[in-house]
Amino acid sequence: MSIVINQLVNGLQSGSIYALVALGYSMVYGIILLLNFAHGDIIMVGAYAAWMCMVNFQCHPIVSMIIAIVTSMVLGVVIEKVAYTPLRSAPRLSLLITAIGISFLLENGFQLIFGAGAKTVPSMITGSDIVLGGVHLSFPAVVTIVVSLIAMGVLTFLVQKTRLGKAMRAVSEDMGAAQLMGISLNKTISFTFAMGSALAGIASVLYLCSYPQATPTMGSMLGLKAFVAAVLGGIGSIPGAMIGGFLIGIVEALVSAVGLTVWRDGVVFAILIVVLLVKPTGILGKPVQEKV
Amino acid sequence: MNTNYRQIPMPVRYGINTVLLLVLCGGLVALSAAGVLSNYYTSVLVLAGINIILTVSLNVATGYLGQLPLGHAGFMAVGAYAGGIFMKATPLADLVRKGNLVEGIPYIVVALILSGVVAAIFGIIIGVPALRLKGDYLAIITLGFGEIIRVVLTNIDSVLGFELTYGASGLKRIPMISTLAVILVCVVLTCLVIHMIMKSRHGRAILSIRENEIAAESCGINTTYYKVMAFTLSAFFAGIAGCLYAGYLGSLYPNTFGFMKSIEILVMVVLGGMGSMLGSILSATILTILPQALQEFSDYRMVVYSLVLILVMIFRPKGLMGTYDFSMSRLLETIWNKLSPADTNRKGGQPS
Repeated sequence: MSIVINQLVNGLQSGSIYALVALGYSMVYGIILLLNFAHGDIIMVGAYAAWMCMVNFQCHPIVSMIIAIVTSMVLGVVIEKVAYTPLRSAPRLSLLITAIGISFLLENGFQLIFGAGAKTVPSMITGSDIVLGGVHLSFPAVVTIVVSLIAMGVLTFLVQKTRLGKAMRAVSEDMGAAQLMGISLNKTISFTFAMGSALAGIASVLYLCSYPQATPTMGSMLGLKAFVAAVLGGIGSIPGAMIGGFLIGIVEALVSAVGLTVWRDGVVFAILIVVLLVKPTGILGKPVQEKV
Repeated sequence: MNTNYRQIPMPVRYGINTVLLLVLCGGLVALSAAGVLSNYYTSVLVLAGINIILTVSLNVATGYLGQLPLGHAGFMAVGAYAGGIFMKATPLADLVRKGNLVEGIPYIVVALILSGVVAAIFGIIIGVPALRLKGDYLAIITLGFGEIIRVVLTNIDSVLGFELTYGASGLKRIPMISTLAVILVCVVLTCLVIHMIMKSRHGRAILSIRENEIAAESCGINTTYYKVMAFTLSAFFAGIAGCLYAGYLGSLYPNTFGFMKSIEILVMVVLGGMGSMLGSILSATILTILPQALQEFSDYRMVVYSLVLILVMIFRPKGLMGTYDFSMSRLLETIWNKLSPADTNRKGGQPS
């Protein structure tokens, strides 16, 4: 029994990281209909920022975490300004290819600067296991789950209760109409990117707590799986991304638990394909009607 | 229409093109055989040829059909493994070792067709469900399929107990059939077949889907059929390129055919211009030869690739060549008309 619970906790832990990343995908897709392929690599940059701070500048773990999150946030906004804004009226295909280009630029640029080898990040969160009714829960796992739940709560509050959040929802509903109502498109889109990338930064810090290594390609698979989570939950929907993330994490943990670890990636993509074929809008997505 | 514009009659056009092609290909093979082109240059040319086939075939799905599949390397992998396993089973290895490639031609042809057909079958299997989706979703689902193909190739042996793909340790000792002559024939045939299909009724139907799917459908074009057809055509030639790649490397590893490879091919298509065969051929050639020529900067290759991709998209979203295609006959006609203008009397002396 305790093994099952442990696996579930593992699943929830990786699932909450997927959920945080999936939120970024979902928000950006909701607002400018772009699959931000570079989103996964923002996590990688955040991890490298944390590594630099802790190893090269001997910063306090908390300071490093904040720097990692801020770096991710700034990077997200910079990418949006440099690469996506000039293409806002271009065909969607061009935007998508640009996003792929950015993702490759980040991966290969970091590989060039820091080398392909893994950088070991000193542990940021230390604490003893938590024993709950005979089940040992590792401290980073509990922290990961709690922190991501808090982050999601804050995000929901920002989107539902603040002016900027209202502007965001308006823009994602109808960009033209929102602009006519006096909403600044540039500001709102940048805000969305900033929030999504900050979540990616948090995800990167949490990822480092349990897998303390930074490599140039760490973001690509993580990003792809988080994207699957976003599609599973219904892309563009914030609660959907959370549900999708947790589901993907748990499925992965279960697949590993039954001894099929090598097929884990295959199973995740198989889920994606089944979801796309059966219900392309995902669990909580709204059906889109095609206008002629 | 200017009636004074003289056209080269049809059979002569074909004649000129055939002669030029034969001179070019024959010249390259002769140069390579005579030792003017070193083995190294020949192998770079072979790789360029394989990349041309890959790029031209992806261009069918991306440029002509207007979709964005991100799993092209998956089809290439299927073709490579199908061709590789088949060629290992035939006496080709002995023939290649003896240098007697001529007797092996039937096996090579069968291997190429087999790998193309297997990849095409996968193209249909993946295309039918995937093409129900549009744009981003299509990109993602093909990416997913590409990754699944890679995972399956890595792990299939341990599950089924065969010794077929040899998993991550790699399929080794594949006969090295990809000589320059074989590659050139395949490149010419690929370009010819794709060109002919694109100039036919079916090709126009595919182009109309790119321009406006709803309008195409309301004109009575079976859009699903033509989408799957273009997708399958693209997969077929990717499979052939895979088989040639297997015969070029001699050993195959599933990780060669990852997401990176798909993107590399996509960069070639996008850079050349989506929908231009000339663009695809040029960019595939340049992007193969350039990194070889700049060996000392090989670390920067992928960085430059991605920068080029972003810059081209921002400043020239249609690619370097756009949809422009080169026609030898058109060029000759223009020169011919310039050199000896047709009699101007028929215009009645009025400017037209």
